[in-house]
Amino acid sequence: MLGFAQLFASRLVKAAAILIAIVVMNFFLVHAAPGDPAMVMAGEAGAADEKFVTQLREQFGLDRPLYEQLGTYVGKVVRGDLGFSYRQQRPVWDILAERLPATLVLTLTAFLLALAAGVALGTLAAVAVGTWADSAITVVALLAYATPIYWIGLMLSLLFSIQLGWLPAFGYETIGAGYTGLAHVADVAVHLILPVITLALFYMAGYARLTRASMLEVRGLDFVKTAKAKGLTQSRIVTRHVLRNAILPVITVAGIQAGQLVGGSILIETVFAWPGIGRLAFEAVLQRDYQVLLGIFLVTSIMVILFNILTDILYGLVDPRIQVSQ
Amino acid sequence: MSQFDLMRTPPETAAMITPLLDVRGLSIALPPGADRPLAVDNLTFTLNPDEILCVVGESGSGKSMTAHAMMGLLPAPHVRVAGGSLLFKGKDVLAMPEAEQRSLRGGRIAMVFQEPMTALNPLMRVGRQIGESLREHTALPAPARRARVVELLDQVGLPNPAELAEAYPFRLSGGQRQRVMIAMALACQPDILIADEPTTALDVTTQKQILDLIRSIQAERHMGMMFITHDFGVVAEIAHRVAVMRHGKLVEYGAASDVLNRPQHAYTRQLIASVPHYIEHRDDHAKAGAPLLVADKVRKVFHVGGGLFKKSKEVVAGDDLSLTIHPGETVGLVGESGSGKSTLGRSIVGLIKPDSGRILFEGTDLLALDRKGFRPYRRAVQMVFQDPYASLNPRHRVGDIVAQGPVAFGEDRTRALTRARELLALVGLDGSAADRFPHEFSGGQRQRIGIARALAMEPKLLVADEPVSALDVSVQGQVLELLDDIRRRLNLAMLFITHDLRVAAQVCDTIAVMRRGRIVEMGTAREVFTHPRDAYTRSLLDAIPGKSWHIPDDLQKVKTGSGLAGAH
Repeated sequence: MLGFAQLFASRLVKAAAILIAIVVMNFFLVHAAPGDPAMVMAGEAGAADEKFVTQLREQFGLDRPLYEQLGTYVGKVVRGDLGFSYRQQRPVWDILAERLPATLVLTLTAFLLALAAGVALGTLAAVAVGTWADSAITVVALLAYATPIYWIGLMLSLLFSIQLGWLPAFGYETIGAGYTGLAHVADVAVHLILPVITLALFYMAGYARLTRASMLEVRGLDFVKTAKAKGLTQSRIVTRHVLRNAILPVITVAGIQAGQLVGGSILIETVFAWPGIGRLAFEAVLQRDYQVLLGIFLVTSIMVILFNILTDILYGLVDPRIQVSQ
Repeated sequence: MSQFDLMRTPPETAAMITPLLDVRGLSIALPPGADRPLAVDNLTFTLNPDEILCVVGESGSGKSMTAHAMMGLLPAPHVRVAGGSLLFKGKDVLAMPEAEQRSLRGGRIAMVFQEPMTALNPLMRVGRQIGESLREHTALPAPARRARVVELLDQVGLPNPAELAEAYPFRLSGGQRQRVMIAMALACQPDILIADEPTTALDVTTQKQILDLIRSIQAERHMGMMFITHDFGVVAEIAHRVAVMRHGKLVEYGAASDVLNRPQHAYTRQLIASVPHYIEHRDDHAKAGAPLLVADKVRKVFHVGGGLFKKSKEVVAGDDLSLTIHPGETVGLVGESGSGKSTLGRSIVGLIKPDSGRILFEGTDLLALDRKGFRPYRRAVQMVFQDPYASLNPRHRVGDIVAQGPVAFGEDRTRALTRARELLALVGLDGSAADRFPHEFSGGQRQRIGIARALAMEPKLLVADEPVSALDVSVQGQVLELLDDIRRRLNLAMLFITHDLRVAAQVCDTIAVMRRGRIVEMGTAREVFTHPRDAYTRSLLDAIPGKSWHIPDDLQKVKTGSGLAGAH
């Protein structure tokens, strides 16, 4: 287990280095905007006279040398101060903290569902390769993969909320209902169903195809022959020997996608009016709300790093060879 | 000889008891479109308790298929049993329901495979992999299973068995993994052990250890054993009875002493005649003139692993390597895997750059040259690679493959292609070969193409890195003869890298034995084979399978007379 602790420690150190690089890049992005931040802020505040700008420059230390400004900025970020949105007249951190849970609930649920269903379907298809079950799974996966995600979302909500009236068409919770406790959880869960299924379908298709291909490849390897020669049952061969090895590439791909999911749910959040980070980013782009955009950039970067570390740890747990080669 | 004969006679009682395994008229069908309709054609043989039956044949002879049919491992539905029966203790295995077949597999009949590196699940501790067999076939509770696993690992001669049971396969060497495979096969005390080329992928000293282990375990437990191999040396070491297969048919079947010493069938005789025998070394080479190549204290260190915060591990692949090659001389570089022999070969061709030392070619230090300066010497030193399947570009025509080198050095394309045809004829391929693609050729023919490609550059030195180890014995003999013929005709110098001492004995004037990155002994083939000075050389020579077997005299003569017969 020493090797494992080492692996984890080295990942954390690398993550910290990457994070610092992102913060510094963030800083220079602000400076790359036309004019200087003071001009931008003055523009956003709607008052652009020379005196106000100079005052802003002094207030934010923009007349100081660049490295000193960088130091100040990094210090602020470390304390959780991501700046102030003049559009919304609120600190950026508050806005993000309000939107983040909604996105995390949506994407993580969708991700876990996609992974579980994708691996299960892929395994089923690989075990029954060449039969009608395999063909059916392959066709469904191909359709889900090829159809635009927003179209599926619209069709699902058309069917289940407008035609059948079973599920709410949009939103995070029933507005004005004022549920608390378990009732609130149930309310959010009902609202979750459609966006989660829509988002999960697309990723599930990918995992199903990947699992199927990987299983078929592993099935032909020598150690599977050894397992058969031991007289093991088919189900034990599939779960203990084939699937465990076949899952490795799926973990790699899923790890990369998990990080992207946080920022990549813009379409779904827009279609279902989900108050998450994705929609916030979309709105911020339209309104040129730089401070909010940079905040989102930082938060999603942290998410990507976090998921990468999680993937590495998972990989280290599943594949004992990793700890040595790293 | 008489003692040898006595030892190999199957027990007299064998005829009276029911055979463990009775194969009757077994036929295995290949899918339509394969090169022949039946992989195994009307095969009949028996295996008795306490007997080692060696099934011998070249690749594609159907010997592994037979074993796979017994274990239910045929790749269904493409390959299936077309007829005949496989009786285990009088009961037809093929007619049993799947559940009953499964209880035989790993229980009564166990199997050891060829490739120990890939035959174990990389993600499962070896102890658990052995335990799985016990879990399936016995009622032992988990703690008893664990104890039994440790006991088994101890029996196959692994050190620290308790600790080793907790290790993952990647921590074990090839020989250790094969021992684990054997322990796994022995777990449920099987009546029959099938070993499919269990030592082919191993180094010669490891091979000897594994053969000794298999033989002693077989004798101790009185198992019936079906040992599949292509190597008559191995057959001579362990077989009680021998079955020779060719193109799916049984061509010869009898007691080991009969088949080895008085082979009847022409194919058996041909196979035995192509077995390289280490005693027949060459006469000393008369070194003339200045050396063509001098390697002087070459050292190469590889850095493995390492990262941002971790120091990489140093692996010394070659240290203090010095040798000379004279024009027309063939120097053999012999050693086990990881001994650094390929490192030296690749350094001479310029594929890797040593850390220190000198490589002088006709007096010029190749290591001191830059890329541009080295270019002319690329012509002079050419390489023949090990794997004829991977070393030819599958999308290029054979003629282009051979002509590419000269064209790159400014030769006119038409002239180069004409020359390529001549060279292909020289290596024994017909004229149409130039217009075809590599996949249309057999392994031996591809290696001929590889040799023609090297010769197209008109080299002075040929570096051949295990050029025959991927080939069948009879093909191996032909390629070695070709290399020897070309060497004599063109007065080529050759560095011949091999792990097989028997092959080295056949083609080399001078032998350098390598171990762990160092040359431990160097001398003429005669000296090294008759009076080895180093203990390691002696252990290598001692490990050659089938030393005590004397190839029948009439077959030894066949060999020298065969010449360049046919290209395959």
